[in-house]
Amino acid sequence: MSYGLDSSYPLERIRADFPILAQMVRGKRLAYLDNAATTQKPRAVIEAISRYYETSNANVHRAVHELAERATTQYEGARDRIARFFNAQREEVVFTRGSTEAINLVAYSFLRPLLKAGDEILVTGMEHHSNIVPWQLVAAERGASVLAAPVLDDGSLDFEGWKKLLSERTRFIAVVHVSNTLGTVNPVAEIIREAQARGIPVLVDGAQAVAHLPVDFAALGADFYTLSAHKLYGPTGFGCLLGRRERLEAMPPWHGGGDMIKTVSFAGSTWAEPPYRFEAGTPDMAGAIGLAAALDYVEALGLEQIAAQEHRVLEYATPRLREIPGLRLIGTATGKGGILSFVLEGAHAQDVGSILDMEGVAVRTGHHCTMPLMARYGVSATTRASLACYNGEDDIDQLVAALHKAVRLLRS
Amino acid sequence: MDIDELAETFELLGDWEERYSYLIDLGRKLPALAEAERNEETKVRGCMSQVWLVGGLESDGRMRFNGDSDSSLVKGLIALLMALVNGKTPGEILALDIAGSFQRLGLESNITVNRRNGFYSMVERIRALAAAVRR
Repeated sequence: MSYGLDSSYPLERIRADFPILAQMVRGKRLAYLDNAATTQKPRAVIEAISRYYETSNANVHRAVHELAERATTQYEGARDRIARFFNAQREEVVFTRGSTEAINLVAYSFLRPLLKAGDEILVTGMEHHSNIVPWQLVAAERGASVLAAPVLDDGSLDFEGWKKLLSERTRFIAVVHVSNTLGTVNPVAEIIREAQARGIPVLVDGAQAVAHLPVDFAALGADFYTLSAHKLYGPTGFGCLLGRRERLEAMPPWHGGGDMIKTVSFAGSTWAEPPYRFEAGTPDMAGAIGLAAALDYVEALGLEQIAAQEHRVLEYATPRLREIPGLRLIGTATGKGGILSFVLEGAHAQDVGSILDMEGVAVRTGHHCTMPLMARYGVSATTRASLACYNGEDDIDQLVAALHKAVRLLRS
Repeated sequence: MDIDELAETFELLGDWEERYSYLIDLGRKLPALAEAERNEETKVRGCMSQVWLVGGLESDGRMRFNGDSDSSLVKGLIALLMALVNGKTPGEILALDIAGSFQRLGLESNITVNRRNGFYSMVERIRALAAAVRR
């Protein structure tokens, strides 16, 4: 499969790659605009997973039989594939259940042993709960605290405010690359530069970034970068922690079990080298293979092309949404990603979501696991439409028409 | 207004838009709870929308409730629920097939079955209150 870079965007061909999109929902064409929650899977990913189970399934790293060898080759091949995609070394790619587990791994294995009373962990006011709560848990245990940098009205980070919170007490920095609620793309390169000048390690939560912009782990210079496969056209329950080799080598195991040890005796055990030190138990072989297939798919399509299409659709959608009476967009930062969060005056987000659903439009309503951000904007919930490679202007037309209906029903 | 009359009305309404519109109207006609009545004690567990319920057994041996929600659709569902249960004895309430009744009205499952909207928690609370006073 190849999509030429020079041709116009092959939207219909891409849609045909995603079997789920062909169906009718509530008697209407499905406009799937809940991609920040999870993306749909192209046939290539579904088939790679099926093929693995149909032809190669066996436990990895253990037996010497043919299937085990095949499974191990594919599974470790997936690690190479993932490392290449993000320009990391293969030893820097730790497999996890997703971004949340990756963040928890860093909180418990890396930060917890370093943390002392009075230390501070600096995050931003636009973090997902999974980039707040793990830090709060380890901070509470050690008498440390979690500080959040302010967010400006347009949804961008108050970078000067962020810098003011940096001090000799700052032990760690965790920041979201792309906000799942606002679409804001944070200046992670500058954040990392400032942090490195002070010797502070940085974790970047890339869950919402990796499907929409190229990430070069080596060039970025973050100590840790996390991602979830299911937001990148891959399977659910799988993800990665990308960690600097020297960081990972210095970290103790977090979970104990098979596959993460060098030797085990009752006098004491020794640990395998990274990444295996952090991968206790039989891993998600199909998950790794599925993510590798997703990366092949994205690469063939071209992340730049996808980003350009999402930008086009975002540019088309923004003025159309603004025309809807009483609609207020939350998050309008320059250069933001394909996320449209909004509130409709006089209408509960849940009602808006229910009405959109009746028109075949799938969006997310609620606090999007960013309750501090909801408080920042003085709302309890928003309706969020989020874009992926298969969205076009027609999805926006369907959304806008359904929103007019919602306005009519809820405000008449 | 009993369930048969309601079912008849809903049947007369054509598409989902008319049904939703009628439901929202029912909710609007339902008297809002006073600010003081919307407190932690009267709040029913829910996630996406907030739901409050007051009332209980009265001296005539019948139960009467009043409910409210910040969601227009849920408030409409509450109006229907109130029509179903108000003025009934605890035993009569426990004998009601509330889920079945809402299904008969042809209200789409996304608003009635979604446990996160607090409506089902309200049904459960009414049933629990009825069970507690029946003995």
